Amino acid sequence: MTVVVDYGVNNLRSVVRALGAGGHAATLSADPEVVRLAERLVVPGVGNFGQARRNLATSGLADAIRAVAAAGRPILGICLGMQLFFETSEEGPDEPGLGLLRGAVRRFRTGMSVPHVGWSAVSLTVAGEAHAMLARHDARGPVFYYHVHSYHPVPAAGDAVLATAEYDGLFPTVVGSGNIIGAQFHPEKSQQAGIDFLSRFVGWRP
Amino acid sequence: MLARRIIPCLDVAGGRVVKGVHFESLRDAGDPAEQAARYDAEGADELVLLDITASHEDRATLLDLVARVADRIFIPFTVGGGIRTVEEAGLVLRAGADKTVVNTAAVRDPALVRRLADSFGSQCVVAAVDVRRPADCGAAWQVHISGGREPVALDGLHWMEQLESLGAGEILLTSMDRDGTQRGFDLELLNAATGRVRIPVIASGGAGTLAHLAEALEAGAHGVLAASIFHYHGCSLPEARSFLRQRGFPVRP
Repeated sequence: MTVVVDYGVNNLRSVVRALGAGGHAATLSADPEVVRLAERLVVPGVGNFGQARRNLATSGLADAIRAVAAAGRPILGICLGMQLFFETSEEGPDEPGLGLLRGAVRRFRTGMSVPHVGWSAVSLTVAGEAHAMLARHDARGPVFYYHVHSYHPVPAAGDAVLATAEYDGLFPTVVGSGNIIGAQFHPEKSQQAGIDFLSRFVGWRP
Repeated sequence: MLARRIIPCLDVAGGRVVKGVHFESLRDAGDPAEQAARYDAEGADELVLLDITASHEDRATLLDLVARVADRIFIPFTVGGGIRTVEEAGLVLRAGADKTVVNTAAVRDPALVRRLADSFGSQCVVAAVDVRRPADCGAAWQVHISGGREPVALDGLHWMEQLESLGAGEILLTSMDRDGTQRGFDLELLNAATGRVRIPVIASGGAGTLAHLAEALEAGAHGVLAASIFHYHGCSLPEARSFLRQRGFPVRP
């Protein structure tokens, strides 16, 4: 069973609905024991890094997510959920992240309007082309996903960048390593492209 | 590559979709949730729902409607109409909206825009600006509130700059002169507005043909809001996308 982690942020129900639209049952849970036993996890999120990180720690969910990661079961982070996987974020410099992925989360350095909001074309990197969940993802041309964010991930390892999008330069928008994967965009708000992305995650055997 | 957006708009009164001409003469155009599902299926980039009588009506009805619509779509969902406080905006977001629209309340209390941005992030705050060219043919566009009924002493372009600095994430700019006329957007207004603010400007008021949509994007609009063209005139969203793609605009496939 796929479990969607409920840690007091908005936008959770739409993730469960989008999984359902692809034919995949999912449970929304705030219970660390349910999360710990999940076959696969989705960590969604809209909100502030520091606040969310504190919620995860006090609820016991941080340890439960780490346990699923350590057991090698697949975990998908969405937007803030993905950002929490990193070691640090400029949005909450006092709170270390979960450290499931090496690297940092940085604010856009651009003269363009921030947050970056809208449908941006996403292109796989060489590492993304070789990734079991993503291979041939854009075989029929560029795929647009809905983005809304002021910060983006900067993985320490170049091959952890699986796909990029462009906003005054390229930024990593799908990242991952081993059984961990994360998207900066919102598959649950990206119509059929997003429903397909979530279905790929459910079918993924890392 | 950031795609330009085609945004159908549902003007809702009493729980039904309506559409007026010059903000008046409403006529019934169907059930909001059904219309929303149809637009989602046709590939709309976003959906806007404006409760045009919300200031006078029951809030619980709107929240129920927001939840019903949100349940049917997988695209960003923007809701406005009578939102006056951070608490009211919070209820609309929790009911399933991704962004809230403020208009009248922002003019009466500009700091509301800052409070909304601080509470939910700028991306949740869409500032709607309704303007009309004064009858004396002055060069400026005058801001109107309360669904267009009340002119206020604010220059539209100056007000948009203020909204940006208060933390609004985007501007939904309606030309009341063109609204419902299907004679095309006010391109001079769009050019002036997109030259003054960096945040996205969504063009509204006047779309009658697909060429009008292209003109608005050419004038700098990040997206186009349209109601009548899709409700009544047999133009479909896929047709609009392929038309704009042929004109060289980046749009979703």
